Amino acid sequence: MLEVRGLEVTYGGIRAVKGIDLKVGAGEVVALIGANGAGKTTTLKALAGLLQPKAGRITYKGADVTGKPAYHLVRHGLALVPEGRGMFPRLTVAENLAMGAYIRHDAAGIAADTERVCTLFPRLAERREQLAGTLSGGEQQMLAIARAMMGRPQMLLLDEPSMGLAPLMVQKIFETVRMIAAEGVTMLLVEQNARLALETSSRAYVMESGCIVLADDAKSLLSNPQVRHAYLGE
Amino acid sequence: MDIFAQQLINGLVLGSIYALVALGYTMVYGILGLINFAHGDITMIGALVALTILQGLAAAGLPAPVLLVIAGGGAMIVCAALGLSIERVAYRPLRRAPRLAPLITAIGVSILLQYSAALVWGKQYIALPKLLEPSAIDIAGAQLTTLQLAIFLLACAIMAALLWFIKTSRMGRAMRATEQNPDVAGLMGVNTNSVIAFTFVLGSAIGAIAGLMIILYYGIGHYFMGFMLGLKAFTAAVLGGIGNVGGAVLGGLLLGVIESLASGYIGDLSGGVLGSNYRDIFAFLVLVLVLVLRPSGLLGQQNGDRA
Ligand SMILES: Nc1ncnc2c1ncn2[C@@H]1O[C@H](COP(=O)(O)OP(=O)(O)OP(=O)(O)O)[C@@H](O)[C@H]1O
Ligand SMILES: [Mg+2]
Repeated sequence: MLEVRGLEVTYGGIRAVKGIDLKVGAGEVVALIGANGAGKTTTLKALAGLLQPKAGRITYKGADVTGKPAYHLVRHGLALVPEGRGMFPRLTVAENLAMGAYIRHDAAGIAADTERVCTLFPRLAERREQLAGTLSGGEQQMLAIARAMMGRPQMLLLDEPSMGLAPLMVQKIFETVRMIAAEGVTMLLVEQNARLALETSSRAYVMESGCIVLADDAKSLLSNPQVRHAYLGE
Repeated sequence: MDIFAQQLINGLVLGSIYALVALGYTMVYGILGLINFAHGDITMIGALVALTILQGLAAAGLPAPVLLVIAGGGAMIVCAALGLSIERVAYRPLRRAPRLAPLITAIGVSILLQYSAALVWGKQYIALPKLLEPSAIDIAGAQLTTLQLAIFLLACAIMAALLWFIKTSRMGRAMRATEQNPDVAGLMGVNTNSVIAFTFVLGSAIGAIAGLMIILYYGIGHYFMGFMLGLKAFTAAVLGGIGNVGGAVLGGLLLGVIESLASGYIGDLSGGVLGSNYRDIFAFLVLVLVLVLRPSGLLGQQNGDRA
């Protein structure tokens, strides 16, 4: 589904991602873990078309999409739920959801999906006419995920969906993530909570200061002493 | 004749034209954070194009409404193309530059438009051929001409349509989304460059209609007319809260009324020292007061966002 070779991303002169390779097969859930500042967000932004890679090649569904803008990629089913939720703060919840369906023109399908996410997240349904900027952090994260679902993506890039949330809310969000994955949506999941990420995914990459230092099955990584020490706090 | 009622009517009519121009400033500011100082001059070009069309067709014997539609349509097309090109050539390359760069560029574009207009139309005042015979209606001891009424109603219709468009249409939502979070708008599939270009086209086309209205109202055009009009419309946008579309409407109407009432009474108030030719002072007085007392304007953002 997605293949990355030698990806390099820089900010001015600073190399944040230093030539990484990774691969996500169709229907797979793959995690990308690593410490703060490792370059995970930068990687996802480059994959989603928000940052221009300095070098390397990104292949999505068999086509070279290196340097293609975000609005082009999302029309081909590649969506990013950005770090920090990326709300439109002065649009209502309903309008944020409508933005998620911006690329679609099937009014009936959009209405059905709006119903679907409202059933999934009753908190959002109750707050349809509320401005997104006034939602709590957890509600915003629900909205960010619901909004991405509105576009019916084939592949979802998730950047730290658990950030700043209480344990109960984290569980709720991850239940939803697993449900979306079970529907066959391919996923690349970036997460601070390494245990949760590894338990949700089948394979994982470990990133350290711009490089991929480990790549393995999620199960093996969970029992890898190095990983347990550095990322699972044992 | 009742001075108060008369000046109120004049102020509302003039204010509705300011409001149309102010919308162009505020929409571009909202989406780019840029004060497009060339916008007043785009309106000037619209006015002179309309004037030229009216002059050219005056002898053709067409009914006045047809003439006005042709002149307005022509001006809108020219201004839309102009707005589109200015965004593309002058502002887009500076999208990620420090804020001062596009601002200075905007002033440059403004001067460029003024002197281009001076080359095409000359530096003299150009008079509108006599087209309309507006009749007057008596209201509360004041006179409202049919031309004033038509200008006011058309301006209100355009503003209502625009507010409705931004509030309810898919494009309007994309404009607001781009304004609030351009990267995420891109992630939703919005081509933000197109949305920004569209905003310029829309603002410029509305400015063209305002230009035609000014020409009809004052009966005269000039290559420098966009300067004062632009400054007043900018003041109106700031008064309403720059970036806020409803604020531009409110600010425009309010500024027109303030200016009109103040110039109606300035002679009495100053004991005859100052005449109504000092009317332009008031716009700037308002600008200074707003910037000092309430920089965010009447309807401006009060920074209530949590996201
Ligand atoms: N806009 C920017 N300009 C300059 N440097 C940046 C910018 N964004 C990120 N960086 C730098 O790039 C490096 C990687 O940042 P990135 O956000 O990708 O890390 P991350 O792995 O997502 O971290 P976290 O887990 O804290 O979210 C960091 O050193 C960061 O300081
Ligand atoms: Mg990050």
